[in-house]
Amino acid sequence: MATSSNLDAKIPQGPIETKWSKYKSSVALVNPANKRNLEIIVVGTGLAGASAAATLAEMGYKVKAFCFQDSPRRAHSIAAQGGINAAKNYQNDGDSVYRLFYDTIKGGDYRAREGNVHRLAEVSGNIIDQCVAAGVPFAREYGGLLSNRSFGGTQVQRTFYAAGQTGQQLLLGAYSGLQRQVGMGTVKMYNRHEMLDVVNIDGKCRGIIARNLITGEVERHGGHAVLLCTGGYGNVFYLSTNAMGSNVTAAWKAHKRGAYFGNPCFTQIHPTCIPVSGEHQSKLTLMSESLRNDGRIWVPKKKNDTRPGNEIPEDERDYYLERRYPAFGNLVPRDIASRAAKERCDAGYGVGTSKLAVFLDFAAAVERYGKGEANKNNIVNPSKEDITIWGKAVVKEKYGNLFDMYKQITGEDPYEVPMRIYPAVHYTMGGLWVDYNLMTTVPGLYCLGEANFSDHGANRLGASALMQGLADGYFVIPYTIGSYLSKEIGTGKISTDHPEFIKVEKEVKDRIDTLIKIQGKTSPELFHRRLGQIMWDKCGMARNAQGLKEAIVEIRELRKQFWSDVKVMGNTTEFNPELDKAGRVADFIELGELMCIDALTREESCGGHFREEHQTEEGEALRDDENFMFVSAWEHKAQEEWELHKEELIYDNIKIAQRSYK
Amino acid sequence: MSWFTQTLTSSIGKKLLMALTGLFLISFLVIHAAINAMIFYNDGGETFTHWGHFMGTNPIIRTLEIGLVAGFIIHIVDGLMLWKSNAAARPVKYAVNKAEANSTWYSRSMGLLGTLLLIFLVIHTAHFWIPNRSNQFATGEELNLYQMMLDIFQNPIVVLIYVLGCISLFWHLLHGFKSAFQSLGLNHVKYNGLISFVGTAFSIVIPLLFALMPISIYLGWVY
Amino acid sequence: MSAGNMHIKLKVWRQSNSNTQGGFENYSLDTVSPDMSFLEMFDVLNEQLIETGTEPVAFDHDCREGICGMCSMYINGQPHGPLRGVTTCQLHMRSFKDGDTIVVEPWRAEAFPVIKDLVVDRDAFDRVIAAGGFVSVNTGNAQDANSLPIPKVAADDAFAAAACIGCGACVAACKNASAMLFVSAKISQLALLPQGQAERNIRAEKMVAQMDAEGFGACTNTGACAAECPKEISLENIARMNREYIGAKLSSSAV
Repeated sequence: MATSSNLDAKIPQGPIETKWSKYKSSVALVNPANKRNLEIIVVGTGLAGASAAATLAEMGYKVKAFCFQDSPRRAHSIAAQGGINAAKNYQNDGDSVYRLFYDTIKGGDYRAREGNVHRLAEVSGNIIDQCVAAGVPFAREYGGLLSNRSFGGTQVQRTFYAAGQTGQQLLLGAYSGLQRQVGMGTVKMYNRHEMLDVVNIDGKCRGIIARNLITGEVERHGGHAVLLCTGGYGNVFYLSTNAMGSNVTAAWKAHKRGAYFGNPCFTQIHPTCIPVSGEHQSKLTLMSESLRNDGRIWVPKKKNDTRPGNEIPEDERDYYLERRYPAFGNLVPRDIASRAAKERCDAGYGVGTSKLAVFLDFAAAVERYGKGEANKNNIVNPSKEDITIWGKAVVKEKYGNLFDMYKQITGEDPYEVPMRIYPAVHYTMGGLWVDYNLMTTVPGLYCLGEANFSDHGANRLGASALMQGLADGYFVIPYTIGSYLSKEIGTGKISTDHPEFIKVEKEVKDRIDTLIKIQGKTSPELFHRRLGQIMWDKCGMARNAQGLKEAIVEIRELRKQFWSDVKVMGNTTEFNPELDKAGRVADFIELGELMCIDALTREESCGGHFREEHQTEEGEALRDDENFMFVSAWEHKAQEEWELHKEELIYDNIKIAQRSYK
Repeated sequence: MSWFTQTLTSSIGKKLLMALTGLFLISFLVIHAAINAMIFYNDGGETFTHWGHFMGTNPIIRTLEIGLVAGFIIHIVDGLMLWKSNAAARPVKYAVNKAEANSTWYSRSMGLLGTLLLIFLVIHTAHFWIPNRSNQFATGEELNLYQMMLDIFQNPIVVLIYVLGCISLFWHLLHGFKSAFQSLGLNHVKYNGLISFVGTAFSIVIPLLFALMPISIYLGWVY
Repeated sequence: MSAGNMHIKLKVWRQSNSNTQGGFENYSLDTVSPDMSFLEMFDVLNEQLIETGTEPVAFDHDCREGICGMCSMYINGQPHGPLRGVTTCQLHMRSFKDGDTIVVEPWRAEAFPVIKDLVVDRDAFDRVIAAGGFVSVNTGNAQDANSLPIPKVAADDAFAAAACIGCGACVAACKNASAMLFVSAKISQLALLPQGQAERNIRAEKMVAQMDAEGFGACTNTGACAAECPKEISLENIARMNREYIGAKLSSSAV
């Protein structure tokens, strides 16, 4: 197989260890005087967007940043709980840049690009330095040094954290850097603005069309480069751990204007989420992977066991992860843990009223920590009650906010009874295809963070999303953007009066008018639910050719219904969340179709993409490296029509193997 | 604006002024209560008059009295300004507000309690301080304050007003004492208990002591 | 669409935009489940309104897991409703009784104008942060993260302050619509960490000045803010801010 001639990943030549450092020393630069005349548009203000906008403004570029929320601080990066990885080796447990690189490639089931991932591992340490310098209050040990914990898919402790609110602390750090630039006037912030299209002129991206969500006004914004940092598209499944507003619109519009979509079917199903409680449910809530540091996952050995978890004796419990994967135990990667939970539930061992849940149990950890506290305080023969009290206190310090959240949502106290958990859609590894520079197939249009496809292959390891978002924004784009902008210094100010701007703006307005004029009978919300049901049933944790083919037909039908029967209340010149939602759902429907096509095309199982036709006898994912060791980059041709381009993945530094965590 | 006026007109600066003047007035209350409590010697006002004379004639005390008046004026004017600007910060009120769930009524009513105290202050100074100082200016002689007390507190309505004034003072102090420390930034887990205890004790003891004076005179315990 | 059978009466503030007068509308829901979140109950209401051709209620929300700080409802006279330490999105209908009438209003503050219905404009908070709520460290300037040990207690206290989600419940709860808990949380976080020392004075001066310019009220230490804060940010932070500010004013070279 050879890489399609349309795709040039621009990976620097040379040994993997020196690719990035050599690149940095040889990439073209833009001098400070010219930077002042170059405008960069950043869409999205999560970890990637906020860090990129702040850093580029620090460097001297003129930046305009956009977010649909009421403040850049609300971006969904804020909800990341467990931590951020970095190859610091502070624990002296054998970590290194190579090992982080290796774990990430292996965790991604050998479907990520070596060059990008190695760069990610290289800059991971700088991220922690930068965040600490910006005042991020990471957890610390009594000696004042940084604390670490373990995450799935690794055997070292390299995860930095701030209780169960690491994403919040990192985002607020990046946000404060962004606000600093806003205060200095080097970043112009447009909150409550939604990007609705990109504008390409003579083959280069020259700006965006955005809608002011308060007034409904459609605006043109010109720039020499546009950075999409708009997050993932997990909400295509309706129920996911994403925020209600998380959407694919920006990436999808870019896709329809020429940016290829990479590996759209690679979706991460997170194993530890609070199970669905009823039809009314609007979103799912994650229970951090960090809980698997101390919690043990099990189901009853007996089918249809209805006893409460704490009344089932030890020898009647099946700790199935520890049984199946002794080397990694409860800390196997997410895709494996999710499938194992589904397997147990499908086989009839599920717990709770829906039978779609397994237990996550802290009783052992409480006892272990309780004894530890007793030892620490030189207490001999402590009572069982005291051990429990001390143990609970330690668990509370580590995971208190998560336990509180669980109690609030389910009405059960996880300090007393085991949590019930079930997998849920959490992250999308797929995204806009980008080269080593993070540029899409449209010159001048970049994509950072979860919105791009680049670093996680077919499965992302825990605590790596925060790492990638900040790596892209703080340490990659500031260098790589120079190679493009250095050729733009003679372009001059981008005029938004260009006919192309006027044309695209009109298309955007026409679409909004069409949406509001349909006045059918069904709300955007209901269409979203229906789409989610199709996607979860047929393109979810397990997929097969039959189901995917059906899904494609159903989604196409749904699209037609949407455009003839959607009911959007209100009008176009006011604050109208229904209208915003309708536009996003319309894009999700189109994306859903492409995801199913991609899943159908990829006749193998890898990472989060599990095709039932392709599994080992033990039910593990069965890759087909011979035929599918490539990135699928889809080019949009017309409605219902895409062309597949392949980027071959070459592994010079890692020996390809069947992924094993046994 | 100079840094000084800028500081004192900022939201925190205004609170700082309230706290400092408040604590100053609290210290005045101690002296005031201590000297007035001399009436409980029941010696025909001898001890009380002795100290009253000292307070009314000692040049240092008289100078400090100017500070006291200034303290009152700043505390009152600053308080009223805060009341106005705080009200302006919420032009549209809530239709339903369950403030009792998150705070005490008296902490939310410092403006109201303060205004009641201001009214009481006017009545109280009109009874004693103003006539006495006017007479001092005019004739150089002090009035017989002890006798004035005995006379004035024969009227049950006056006694009632004084008791109500003391109750207002109790609530005002109950929040104000602790609040002043918080405004000054003095909040520390080691000392909060102490501040709270002293604050509550002070708020009870001083107003109680004051209230006992008109009551005792009215009931003839002090004569 | 839902399996519940609680009956709930709602009295919701409706207002088309910042230039118009608003008022309460009454609604009635018959299929509320105790497992629904408060916002999911509003989803049900909105579906019901759309079916009857009425414009749905606009309200701010995003993550629905209590961390983004976007949801902002004043429920039965309390920001985020009756529970302590909980945002609106994490409030569940099991906290109410069958047949209850619930009054829902937007945050009320001069500095938080209503945009529509229950949605308010909280840009003032962003401007306060832009005035000084940061450490001025450009990307790439940082030394090794472990080169500067920070006592665990300081790091923990800084984290407790930094847990603020910027929802504005403190302003909404305060009888003076004061933003001091929000502002003090950021000032505290950075004052507690060695990284924040270089700009300690100017940060306190500028953030407080911006807070005042936005039209928030002053603090009267009622404690309502901390009692209603969904992240239980402590009043100690306000005391610390007062110290920081007064200290900065007395010692900084800005005249």
